[in-house]
Amino acid sequence: MINKIVGSFDEAVADMVDGATVMIGGFGGPAECPGYLIAAVARKEVKDLTIVGNTGGWGVNLLAILRERMAVILKIGEDWYDPGLLVGRGQVKKGILCFPAAPARVLTPFEQGVLQGQVELELLGQGTLCERMRAAKGGIAAFYTPVGVGTVVEEGKEVREFNGRKHLLEHAIKGDFSLIRAHKADRYGNLVYRGTARTFNPVMAGASTVTVAEVDEVVELGELDPECVVTPGVYVQRVVVRPKEPRPWDEAM
Amino acid sequence: MAGERLDEQTMAIRAAKEFQDGMIINLGVGIPTFCSNFVPPDREILFHSENGVVGFGPIIDNPDDADENLINAGAQPISSKPGMAIMDHAESLCIIRGGHVDITVLGVVQVSEKGDLANYTIPGKQIGSLGGGQDLAFCAKKVIALTTFTTKEGDAKVVKECTQPLTAPRCVDRIITDIAVMDVRPEGLVLREVAPGWTAEEVQGLTDAKIIVPPDVEEMTLL
Repeated sequence: MINKIVGSFDEAVADMVDGATVMIGGFGGPAECPGYLIAAVARKEVKDLTIVGNTGGWGVNLLAILRERMAVILKIGEDWYDPGLLVGRGQVKKGILCFPAAPARVLTPFEQGVLQGQVELELLGQGTLCERMRAAKGGIAAFYTPVGVGTVVEEGKEVREFNGRKHLLEHAIKGDFSLIRAHKADRYGNLVYRGTARTFNPVMAGASTVTVAEVDEVVELGELDPECVVTPGVYVQRVVVRPKEPRPWDEAM
Repeated sequence: MAGERLDEQTMAIRAAKEFQDGMIINLGVGIPTFCSNFVPPDREILFHSENGVVGFGPIIDNPDDADENLINAGAQPISSKPGMAIMDHAESLCIIRGGHVDITVLGVVQVSEKGDLANYTIPGKQIGSLGGGQDLAFCAKKVIALTTFTTKEGDAKVVKECTQPLTAPRCVDRIITDIAVMDVRPEGLVLREVAPGWTAEEVQGLTDAKIIVPPDVEEMTLL
């Protein structure tokens, strides 16, 4: 019998080790971020992680301020935990990211780490990041793209001309863990998402050795319309259900 | 004495004039986001946001109506609209990288007379974020740089050579500012329009970029 549902967030990341490469889904908002899986990684206290994703997160302190400021346009739950939690606790040694800097006059934990020389940054645009993850998922070693030629992104990369235009060779990024967020799952690991909370999550599914999905709800096999499944369960190894009420990040669960 | 400078909303109105019926448009953060409020009424435009949505409705400003599952790339809640499509981020970036975006309007740190765009970082002040902006700058069919002509301190943002790190070289097609509209052409930076009360000489006086002034420069209009 296939059953990918696991009983706790701690169990879902129990085999993560120091130095792991961890893809973290989401775009930067609360709905698409696998917050409870991030919290479990924080509790596990694994170190020297390489995180891969759009942002390096805000961290606990800035999120509290942001939640208050954003209240005029969007109500946000108390349980918005993001990659900044791991960065702030010194668990991250490198980030492969598109949006490490805050779009505001504050420094995120990741920016502080970079400026203090404790964290390394590989900066990429979102197209190249997505494609590098998708390549890993599809067994493609590398690909060429014109995006980034003549900018910081070109540094150290092979340049080759196609149709008269310079392209960069970009290699697949394979992770040890993809931590993603979805709306509904079945026990095969098939996933559907809600609105723009889809974003990077399906791209990371299958791009790592282990993909863990944090979901709002598990449904019976057959309840997800096969025409509408976004992520086939083939890409997903573990599924964990979010609690109905917000829980503190440092509580075992 | 030069005329007044356009405010940010008016700059956005001028930029939105560029949007033609049926176009796919992606707006960068900052002043460009205001453009979505000023689409000419006779035109059907599909706005694309790189986090994975195309064809969405207006930005929602009441938290009671907002849904955290429907936001744009600036994390602003947006409204659903008939015909809207949701996609994952890789698909969304294929829309950009495959050249399916007709116009992108991007903010500016510096833009050069050759169309080089610097807009992702100011070294020493921040570490910088490329987001989806680099993909847009490289791959959109038309790149419009929307910016004040100078910084608050009076330094030119339209320059001969960018001194800040580039987001993309030779990518900008049109520069719309608070005092002038210019096109980046093979022959150089060509003045098309000046804001009311401004002359070509006054615009040229604010930058070391060489501005080519053809005989048919017009006064900027919003309709």
